[in-house]
Amino acid sequence: MSDTTLKKPRPKHLDLKTIRLPLPGFVSILHRVSGVGLFLMMPVLLWLFGASVGGPEAVAQAKSVLGNPLVKLVLFGLLWAYLHHFCAGIRFLMLDIHKGLDLPTARKTAGAVLVVSLTLTLLIGAKIFLG
Amino acid sequence: MQNRIVVGAHYGLRDWIAQRVTATVMALYTVIFVVSLFCMPEFSADAWRAMFSSGFMRFATFLFWLALFFHAWVGIRDVLMDYIKPVGLRLALHSVVAFLLIGYAGWAAQILWRL
Repeated sequence: MSDTTLKKPRPKHLDLKTIRLPLPGFVSILHRVSGVGLFLMMPVLLWLFGASVGGPEAVAQAKSVLGNPLVKLVLFGLLWAYLHHFCAGIRFLMLDIHKGLDLPTARKTAGAVLVVSLTLTLLIGAKIFLG
Repeated sequence: MQNRIVVGAHYGLRDWIAQRVTATVMALYTVIFVVSLFCMPEFSADAWRAMFSSGFMRFATFLFWLALFFHAWVGIRDVLMDYIKPVGLRLALHSVVAFLLIGYAGWAAQILWRL
């Protein structure tokens, strides 16, 4: 019986230019974007990790690569990606066990994820890149 | 369930659970990693290398990489299922991602057990 109601054409709104995501939706899409970014840059991260724990020559090579401003910028972005994915991921795990499901709380925790991950990115980024 | 396709998600709970278990493992490792950083006697290449040479950190770090690759497999597969509609292309991309991640796991093992 419920089939009849499903046959009606359902409204679809997919115009990306006019969609205004609510804060939790924004955190969600950034979770996806940061995850894809981390996956795509995985070989770079593995190479840097391997070089950083290698012999003196490998370490020197890693340091010279890290000296490139463009590499620094990418790593800064990846630092944000990791921290955002981490914070948003903990929020999603909490939602999975039904913590913070009501809308006002969900909005607050979404805002907190953005603020905490950006603040940590700036603090850790400053520590790493400015010494 | 008439829409089952060959590269579907198995429509089960297993991957959903795996995504959360691997996430928890990585979150715990992140805490261990940060604590280990603060416990370093000095921040130098030698101390950094020594940190990963200890039996515990080597094992924990390897588990972290494995959890990450499994986690990335589920996540990237979900993304591909959302945006790539032609079945052939999707299957090809799934295969590329799967083999890449298996290769990365071997690479991570080689890095850690060379120490």
